[in-house]
Amino acid sequence: MSEYTIEVHDLTKRFGDFTAVDRINFSVRRGEIYGWLGPNGAGKTTTIRMLLGLLKITEGSAQVLGYDPTTQAKTLHARVGYMSQLFTLYNDLTAYENIRFYGQAYGLSRSELARRQAEIIEMAGLQGRENELTANLSGGWKQRLALGCAIVHRPQVVFLDEPTAGVDPISRREFWGLIYAMAKKGVTVMVTTHYMDEAELCQRVGFISRGKLVALDTPGRLKQTQMRGHVLEIGCDDSEAAMRILLAAKEAGALPLDEVALYGAQIHAVVPDAELFKQPVWDFLVGEGIRVNDVVWIAPTLEDVFISAVTA
Amino acid sequence: MNDQVAIFAKDLVKRFKTRSGAVDAVNGVTLQVRRGETYGLIGPDGAGKTTTTRVILGLLKRTAGKSSILGYDSMHDTYEIRERVGYIAQQFALPGDLTVMENMRFFADVQGVSRDEQRRRIPELLDFAGLSDFTNRLGSQLSGGMKKKLALACSLVHEPQVVLLDEPTLGVDPVSRREFWNLLGNLRAEKGLTIFVCTPYMDEAERCNWVGLMYQGKLVAHDSPETVKKMVPGRLLEFTPSNFVPAWRLIPGLDGVLEVQTYGAMLHVFVDDPDGRRNEIEHALAAQGITCEGMREIEPRMEEAFISLIERQSGRQMEETRDAV
Repeated sequence: MSEYTIEVHDLTKRFGDFTAVDRINFSVRRGEIYGWLGPNGAGKTTTIRMLLGLLKITEGSAQVLGYDPTTQAKTLHARVGYMSQLFTLYNDLTAYENIRFYGQAYGLSRSELARRQAEIIEMAGLQGRENELTANLSGGWKQRLALGCAIVHRPQVVFLDEPTAGVDPISRREFWGLIYAMAKKGVTVMVTTHYMDEAELCQRVGFISRGKLVALDTPGRLKQTQMRGHVLEIGCDDSEAAMRILLAAKEAGALPLDEVALYGAQIHAVVPDAELFKQPVWDFLVGEGIRVNDVVWIAPTLEDVFISAVTA
Repeated sequence: MNDQVAIFAKDLVKRFKTRSGAVDAVNGVTLQVRRGETYGLIGPDGAGKTTTTRVILGLLKRTAGKSSILGYDSMHDTYEIRERVGYIAQQFALPGDLTVMENMRFFADVQGVSRDEQRRRIPELLDFAGLSDFTNRLGSQLSGGMKKKLALACSLVHEPQVVLLDEPTLGVDPVSRREFWNLLGNLRAEKGLTIFVCTPYMDEAERCNWVGLMYQGKLVAHDSPETVKKMVPGRLLEFTPSNFVPAWRLIPGLDGVLEVQTYGAMLHVFVDDPDGRRNEIEHALAAQGITCEGMREIEPRMEEAFISLIERQSGRQMEETRDAV
């Protein structure tokens, strides 16, 4: 079998005149964790729905595990898992019953189902709570149970659409532990998230904006290649006053500032070149009567890079 | 009461009766927000952020303690508070069948803003929120980010001195989230507005002057973002072990290891002395046939600090069940 479990060529989806996904190309390796990031309405979920065979492809092609989602959806569904942000669990069923429901829907044998029930309960940390109603479980448990139900049939590819919305930081960390464990066993994971710290945990990340793939690389390389300009962090005595001055300077074109924003007691300003503009920014503020403590060139976060790439 | 204090709560308690007894959704919260400050109440779902906000606003009756805004008592001076305070409720939805302009007028009328004042303020607010080109668009036709910005503009129409925003960026993408926070920054810089904002996003704490970290009804920290980040024990090493679970089990028992957190395939290990301990960790793991990739010292972020504080104060331990996958 091919090294790639997901292969997408010029994938396009049009709804009437609107192009939701516009000639996208990418491939995902077996056992890779692939982050699929973009603003709301950029085409993230539409892409996933096409890969699952739930939406018809307008143009181009996609293969998942070598199958064509349009014509071989049924074969495909037996081999892929899908978890949406809505945690599609039945609240009025117990944890055990939810697993059994999904297991039966996937046609698991009685003995295999019993084995999977035990494994998923352990994975979700639900020992002793097997017979509790799902409605009464906390966010983190529900989330891990939903993942368990999505992989009850041991899929080789898993699609996770904002799986961590609304759970606490500890539970999110635990969940990412499970994602890594699946990938290590050779399961391919394609995941969307609005949390940039989670995007950092993906092996490769694709940025989609208005239907187009605008960048695709490892988080580390994206930070080196995709950021337009440099971020200066400015520390001064009166950051509110300094902010007013910099906003006015940006408006008047007195300083080449791409973005100026307050971050707590500091100001972040994006300039074309940090070495070149560090001193002019400093001098400008001092000239306006601000006591500047330091101006430091800081590394962009993945969020800085994301915003730079999708607003280009 | 000090003139500099905009929002005040002392030993605040809100108890809800349940079928099986009672639960303290807010359990002895003491906080103070100075005028002109941006205060972030940060914490996971169910921590008690919304209840705290609603009790401070006087929308819910407090069970015990004190709370006030601008010196006005939450429970007794509700009229004074309503006049001077703006509020966006969680998952607040604007009427979708009204246009942007109609929404603004509607909220202005409700707040008793005169027509003359409306003619001055509304265009200013729409310009500030970047909505001037969309005055005739129906609320239901706006993007998620635009809806949030319109909600903010509506909450400011009566020129409040304080705004309380309950998860104003929930469910919007990072670009809209950034735009929204840039607007809040501009309000702080240009108008000196006092902003109290609840959020589940740890990174938004970095944009506040002061943060309260809330968990299970209690404030587990209440300080500047810089100080909260320094509340982690020792210094932080990050690396990827070749064999995760055995490494995760072994490391907490080593000398100088103060705390261990997981981060995807990586471990975050807090140690007393990063230069000395990194070799010891590498050796201890090597003895078990485990190698470490990319070991380096990193600066803890708000999220690492929060996890550390929760684990120490609530006894909630990170579970490690990846062996079961």
